[in-house]
Amino acid sequence: MTAATQGTLTLIRGNPPPKITPRLSAVSAPVLEVVDLVKRYGERTAVDGLSLRVAAGSVTALLGPNGAGKTTTVEVCEGFRTADEGTVTVLGGSPAGVRHRVGVMPQGGGGYPGLRAEELLGLFSRFYAHPHDPRQLLELLGLADVARTPYRRLSGGQQQRLSLAMAVVGRPELVFLDEPTAGLDPQARRATWDLVEALRADGVSVLLTTHLMDEAEHLADDVVVIDHGRVVAHGTVPELTASSQAFVRFTGPAGLDVEDLLRSLGADCVGKESPAGTYLVEGPDGPQLLAGVTAWCATRGVLPEGLQTRRTLEDVFLDLTGRELRR
Amino acid sequence: MTGWPSLAPRAEAAPRTQMLRAQARAELTLLLRNGEQVLLTLVIPLGLLVVLSTVDVIDVTGRRVDFFVPGVLALAVMSTAFTGQAIGTGFERQYGVLKRLGATPLPRSVLLLAKTLAVLAVEVLQVALISLVGLVLGWHPHGSFLGVVLLVVLGTAAFSGLGLLIGGTLRGLTTLAAANLLWFVLLVLGGIVFPLSAYGGAADALRWLPTAALSDGLRQLLQHGTLVGRDLLALALWAAAGLTAAAKLFRWE
Repeated sequence: MTAATQGTLTLIRGNPPPKITPRLSAVSAPVLEVVDLVKRYGERTAVDGLSLRVAAGSVTALLGPNGAGKTTTVEVCEGFRTADEGTVTVLGGSPAGVRHRVGVMPQGGGGYPGLRAEELLGLFSRFYAHPHDPRQLLELLGLADVARTPYRRLSGGQQQRLSLAMAVVGRPELVFLDEPTAGLDPQARRATWDLVEALRADGVSVLLTTHLMDEAEHLADDVVVIDHGRVVAHGTVPELTASSQAFVRFTGPAGLDVEDLLRSLGADCVGKESPAGTYLVEGPDGPQLLAGVTAWCATRGVLPEGLQTRRTLEDVFLDLTGRELRR
Repeated sequence: MTGWPSLAPRAEAAPRTQMLRAQARAELTLLLRNGEQVLLTLVIPLGLLVVLSTVDVIDVTGRRVDFFVPGVLALAVMSTAFTGQAIGTGFERQYGVLKRLGATPLPRSVLLLAKTLAVLAVEVLQVALISLVGLVLGWHPHGSFLGVVLLVVLGTAAFSGLGLLIGGTLRGLTTLAAANLLWFVLLVLGGIVFPLSAYGGAADALRWLPTAALSDGLRQLLQHGTLVGRDLLALALWAAAGLTAAAKLFRWE
């Protein structure tokens, strides 16, 4: 054990502190500020006037369908691409000027195939003056058993976790994670989430992109939904999923008489069956609506399953970005 | 729940010398661990040296071993600085390694210096082994050691520029094919195994190829003790052209 890591080990905690969700964006300067970013590739405009900010010590999720401009936006922030228009301020400076304070996990690897996991992480650790102990990081991410395995022989999930370790080994202030859990099994995904939560608890800011709604719901203080290179919605998860209308969704046998259900609920309720066997009803009063729905089901001898009384982030996302398949 | 250590930020770049040491060590590890690279840089040159010096397949003037040691030294430098660097760099680009390094505090200049140091370290190993095998076969070298160093350094600069130019602009597999093809063409036409005089009137033009300049320069020095200005000039021109073009056209991803 080197002297540099001993200070770390005295601070090990059994449990992370309770999750708090302060709206830091209102009070402190952002660690990342993107204003009116435009990025074109030839004829195609990948990012079209996008603005966002990441508050210090917060986790921000960038959500969007394939081709929405997530990776391009992150890569401009990381300094890999230059903006055609607009400004990007990272930790108060330009992306290229703050590389040592920023950790980056790009999509799809980026390791020497011939180096072992411990050699690769050790190499990256020596680019920094006060790195984490590579062996400890490997252990915490479940990679201790493959420490001596060459990068090219690691599984996709192991490469992902090693890549995550490479992003945080230099004790960065801000971390960019581009689809950090894509292709991970549930255990590895949970380990990644734990790390993101531990980063936030210690004041590290995180910007991550994801397709996974539950990931954003679980991790993010702020969610920015982008599509066609623009921000289509942003806010906390409760803000995004809140709606003025109460909402009940359930599944049951296909072909229930929705018109009759709505007549039983009252004039100010609306509803539909979409897709077959999934029913969605909206009305002004939540408790009344739920009671009305279940009472109607009881008269039909139907057990409503999967009852849900709040819109999920996925509902919001699909409403905003459309339901048709992309590419 | 696993206990995470404190992850509180404490970001600071390491001193450049530390980064250079770590990166150069990694580059050298990769060069020596790669089977194809070792075949290209050590096994083939040593094999050629032994076979050509002991079997009478190619007519040369003077003692066979004295003719072939300088040629094989030139081949070794070309294999490491040109072919090896081109292929390695091409695949590092394709795998996203260079892009990823670009997101760390490692400066580009330190990365290139580390690659150069690794190449020079492998060349020291090559020169030592080839000289040793040559001496066992009865090689009698002439000329100054400093002259050899000058030629090898200039040759390394010329071949590195061309290797980085190819590896930094073409895709990984295209680089692999192009670098191996050029390696073979230059092996045949570069005065390494066949004396340039075998090509008649074309010899005057071939003499300006980097491989020919290096093998001829080393041969004139080690066989006859003379340092040929034209060979030094050719290598310097290739180095200037190759490194300038590589610096201009190199793409990191």
